[in-house]
Amino acid sequence: MTTLISPPDAVAPIRVKRPGGGVWRSFLSNRKANFGFGLFVLLLLMAVFPSLFTGVSDPTAPARYLPRLPPSGDHWLGTTSLGQDVWALFVYGAREPLIIAVVAGGLATLLSVLVGVSAAYLGGFADEVLSFVTNVVLVIPTFPLVIVLSAYSGKPTLTVMVVVLVVTGWSYGANQLRSQALSLRNRDFLESARVRGERRSYIIVFEMLPTMVSLIIANFLGAALFSVLNAAGLQFLGLGDPNSDSWGTMLYWADSQSALENGARWWAIAPALGIAALGVAFALMNYAFDEISNPALRPVRRQRAQKLAKRFRSRPAAVGSAVGGE
Amino acid sequence: MRYLLRRVGFFLLTLWAALTLNFFLPHFMPGSPINSLRAATRGRVPDAELEKILASYGFKPNANIFSQYLDYLGKMLTGDFGVSTGGSSLGQPVSKLIGQSLPWTLGLVGVTTVLAFILGSLVGTVAAWRRGGVVDSVLPSVFVVTSALPYFVVGLFLILFFAIDNTWLPSSFNYDNTIVPGFSPGFIGSVMQHAVLPAATLLITSIGGWVLTMRNNMITTLAEDYIRMGRAKGLSDRRVMYNYAARNAFLPNLSGFAMSIGFVLTGAILVERIFNYPGLGYQLYNAVNSIDYPMMQALFLLFTVAVLGAILVCDLLTVWLDPRTRAKG
Repeated sequence: MTTLISPPDAVAPIRVKRPGGGVWRSFLSNRKANFGFGLFVLLLLMAVFPSLFTGVSDPTAPARYLPRLPPSGDHWLGTTSLGQDVWALFVYGAREPLIIAVVAGGLATLLSVLVGVSAAYLGGFADEVLSFVTNVVLVIPTFPLVIVLSAYSGKPTLTVMVVVLVVTGWSYGANQLRSQALSLRNRDFLESARVRGERRSYIIVFEMLPTMVSLIIANFLGAALFSVLNAAGLQFLGLGDPNSDSWGTMLYWADSQSALENGARWWAIAPALGIAALGVAFALMNYAFDEISNPALRPVRRQRAQKLAKRFRSRPAAVGSAVGGE
Repeated sequence: MRYLLRRVGFFLLTLWAALTLNFFLPHFMPGSPINSLRAATRGRVPDAELEKILASYGFKPNANIFSQYLDYLGKMLTGDFGVSTGGSSLGQPVSKLIGQSLPWTLGLVGVTTVLAFILGSLVGTVAAWRRGGVVDSVLPSVFVVTSALPYFVVGLFLILFFAIDNTWLPSSFNYDNTIVPGFSPGFIGSVMQHAVLPAATLLITSIGGWVLTMRNNMITTLAEDYIRMGRAKGLSDRRVMYNYAARNAFLPNLSGFAMSIGFVLTGAILVERIFNYPGLGYQLYNAVNSIDYPMMQALFLLFTVAVLGAILVCDLLTVWLDPRTRAKG
């Protein structure tokens, strides 16, 4: 599949792709990206149209069925100790994690780009202040902070949770983008833009940001991943809204009712797999973006690998020319 | 030297920022600590006593906020964290409770994290060096998946398989409490046995990230001219791999390690909760459930200091490993 466009031949220098179409096309031809994206779309479908997947419309209503039924034709994953259908709970539980992932991840990334890139490019005092704030937020341990915050504020609603995740989640990306931008700062192509007399805003938006597109997208996927995991962790600890239908809340109830020991194991396994699937989807797409932005990371096929290895032994720079496009 | 001074300055400033945050958070959040305290102690403690407890960690609703702040700073810096207000540990000094659980977290989470870091970096180095080999073609996908797995998912399946379907390993607590603690083989064996599942959970979820970042850094580094230079000089493969490539590829990983301590703490809380392991994370979980403010504040401060300390150590290591940082000043 990777051969559809410019086969990543190790010797030929990779042409620098224009941002936008190029990234998207490489994304479509990357196997990891396809798998992750497919998984994401499936979960998205489940979150947007839950009625396509289950006939139950009010999954959290207790005592609708007999408790702890084993999986059967009527109840694909059995029922909970509270008499709810596990499959229906699972389907409806997809919505909240996805909202948290997209909204919290997106807002956090926006903040990272703003802070990180301007800090790196402005330099001097502005950089000192911005990096100081970034580093303070970065070292304050997120999850304990979220826990303590939620303890002080009572049970957090979805909005509070998203706000807390954004406030605590942007710093990692900002730091990464800042150091990437810093390493770009002294590169020749920016130097030449400066010598040409381009404006600062032009250099940042048209020269620097395009080289960072895949890093920014990777950052969004990373931020989304950590939002999902942190939110699920909070809910699992019982610090979410206990009446909401979300995978984390499901796990909390399953754990507090000892579902594993009591023969309702799907009650715990289903949401766990759901969170894992969402996390894996984001992680695979994230890694695919690493491969797209750095062709040297792409998987090497076996025969080519042997050829490559031979060439590499005799001419160590063979892999090198594929990486250093400049 | 100037670089080091700057870093120490940053350390102190951040510590101050964290202390300040820790002080102002409870003051500006809705809800009165005294009410929740009354609920937490179920009216067993008179209000005057509760106010004294609150005052001991800086909460005096009627005093001047500035003098409260100074008072609090002094107490935190001298290690006076007050007494716990949690249900079962009411009245015990917080520092004593923390002292009891600290070794368990250090032993379990600390050792596992460092192990995962070193192992992961090694595997990543080898995978990048043997580009296209069996290891390299399978590992990335596998580790992408494992590094995205939530702690409770891995923990859940380990418990299901090793503790419920088969009763091979214990899934709760830090040691069999029928054994008297001491330097006996039985006790140490029991501690080890109880640590296997939580340690495996942490290792499985954390090793992937290190392998991937190390491999990716390494691949980028292998393209540098000084690698070609090293080979041209006729140096052995091992030497080029470790002293030329890995040493440089390792630097971003090292600062990544310091940054990851925050995530490690997330892991500590969740894993200790899943396995009822009485470490600091479990302590925080308990403190939140019993609305134990002094405990929460002390733990939060401790976690922040741990991250700061790790960053400082990694900074020092970077200065030692990377001459460029010394030149920058």
